[in-house]
Amino acid sequence: MPYTANKPEPATREQLQARIPGWGVDLDPSDRPSVPREHFDPNGTGAHWEFPERQPEHEPRERSIEHKFLTPVFGTSVPLRGVSGAIRRYAYRYSEARAAHWLLLLAGDRVNAWEAHLGSIAKGRPDNPITETGVRTELRHGLIARVGRKRADVNHQWIDPIVVAGPWVLAGVGAVAAVRALRRRGR
Amino acid sequence: MRAMVYRGPYKVRVEEKDRPGIEHPNDAIVRVQLAAICGSDLHLYHGMMPDTRVGMTFGHEFIGVVEEVGSSVERLQVGDRVMVPANIYCGSCFYCTRGLYSNCHNVNANATAVGALYGYSHTAGGYDGGQAEYVRVPFADVGPTVIPDWMDDEDAVLLTDATATGYFGAQLGDIAEGDTVVVFGAGPVGLFAAKSAWFMGAGRVIVIDHLDYRLEKARTFAHAETYNFTEYDDIVVHLKRITDWFGADVAIDAAGAEADGNFIQHVTGTKLKLQGGSPVALNWAIDSVRKGATISVMGAYGPIFSAVKFGDAMNKGLTLRMNQAPMKRQWPRLFEHIQAGHLKPSDIVTHRIPLEHIADGYHLFSAKLDNCIKPLVVVGD
Ligand SMILES: NC(=O)c1ccc[n+]([C@@H]2O[C@H](COP(=O)([O-])OP(=O)(O)OC[C@H]3O[C@@H](n4cnc5c(N)ncnc54)[C@H](O)[C@@H]3O)[C@@H](O)[C@H]2O)c1
Ligand SMILES: [Zn+2]
Ligand SMILES: [Zn+2]
Repeated sequence: MPYTANKPEPATREQLQARIPGWGVDLDPSDRPSVPREHFDPNGTGAHWEFPERQPEHEPRERSIEHKFLTPVFGTSVPLRGVSGAIRRYAYRYSEARAAHWLLLLAGDRVNAWEAHLGSIAKGRPDNPITETGVRTELRHGLIARVGRKRADVNHQWIDPIVVAGPWVLAGVGAVAAVRALRRRGR
Repeated sequence: MRAMVYRGPYKVRVEEKDRPGIEHPNDAIVRVQLAAICGSDLHLYHGMMPDTRVGMTFGHEFIGVVEEVGSSVERLQVGDRVMVPANIYCGSCFYCTRGLYSNCHNVNANATAVGALYGYSHTAGGYDGGQAEYVRVPFADVGPTVIPDWMDDEDAVLLTDATATGYFGAQLGDIAEGDTVVVFGAGPVGLFAAKSAWFMGAGRVIVIDHLDYRLEKARTFAHAETYNFTEYDDIVVHLKRITDWFGADVAIDAAGAEADGNFIQHVTGTKLKLQGGSPVALNWAIDSVRKGATISVMGAYGPIFSAVKFGDAMNKGLTLRMNQAPMKRQWPRLFEHIQAGHLKPSDIVTHRIPLEHIADGYHLFSAKLDNCIKPLVVVGD
């Protein structure tokens, strides 16, 4: 008990070694690869340059304003495009210290998903909510995994379908209402 | 080529995409054979990580064959079979030269706080990942390593993140002989952290989760003592009770941003995105350990603020240590442990999913169906 000076005795080395394969192989901190945290070894990484050659920048790329310059190497997965691209570009005016930076990026992400869904319809390869969400796996495994189990996540999993389908339902309702209103005005 | 592509929260599909090309003289192009889905990918999949763009290919755990190399590549040849660490890093900046590969300053233009990872949003650099037939691997002379002949492919792919992260997490706990170590989360990271805690001399290893099938794995694979937190009114009090009212000497948060156990924290963190994540496990760690303890945070959190109980951490004199794991730094010693038979990473693999069915894999892993612990993605034939 912490109310007195000593802790309960742990199991002995022999007991632990008998029960646990590899017990104590890294007992000595100097055997642990990330100890000490910083270990200066400039020749140990395989790099044969002092500063990397610069990757060509084919189109202007956003960067954190906390960087002095564009890093010599960067990712080119999805360049900024469309409305979401404009929102994200604006977000990069703020440093990583500012909530505005991250909240604008999240807003850009939500807009981007809409752009993609509408674009997929226009391109004739519409998003398929059944295959893309993998919900078919629920048919075989959904009940067994949840019924009678003490899982803490079942109390919020019902929100997921609303997150995924809710905006579509709302947009659908909105579209129907708009069409009706136009018809009424036309009459 | 065929590649997994993000379509928006909870939606992914496999698409035809252009094969990546060499963009820098030290790049390589790797033809992927085996990949995996990580708990971190779930944060992207759920739309929690800012600047996750539709069209990105995820996947930071993969192995494959070198298909093409850039003009300055010296250490790799076409045809080499390589394991590629999850971190992208230059090997020459202030941080890399000190072993902090996950904190490289030359590879992530989008953020200075975050290093770079394959397929992990633009906030982590904007690189496509390895859940695809081909992937661009920057700094081919630095990251990728030829897979030793004796190593199984499934062990190799787990070493690129999950195994190395769990092992790193145990090290950040500064475990001393006889310490009681509590691990929150019995996913891949938590299982490897619990297993590794014994290597460093732990006297007792406790694992907490709410999924019984994972706790069972924690008992058989990691020899841990386990508790399902839903069975206790207050898991913090329970942890005090079973440690003679001390609390553990070391805690490892291997749950991260989507932790359960507190509805308000979970919903504000993961559904409404009002927090960088739900720090339920981290707060339990802070409140349950003994005074002066060390907490190692391996669970990932987003860049927005989270409601962490800092006052308790301060009053208790805790040491909080954390980082994205520098994978390759762990490898030489982990190779020894695997060869010595102390550790078999692939013991935790539960699913092997063909790339074409990856959307099902994401849902199974995310909703924790079919007793899923670690899903691999089979890309080659
Ligand atoms: N630091 C790094 O380098 C690094 C690397 C890989 C993964 N990660 C992070 O580690 C975390 C775990 O990854 P994983 O692949 O094991 O994911 P996972 O989703 O399979 O595992 C998380 C586990 O935590 C459990 N859990 C949820 N709430 C809990 C709570 N309050 N207390 C205890 N357990 C709880 C879940 O039931 C689940 O079993 C993720 O946040 C991931 O992003 C970090
Ligand atoms: Zn990961
Ligand atoms: Zn670097």
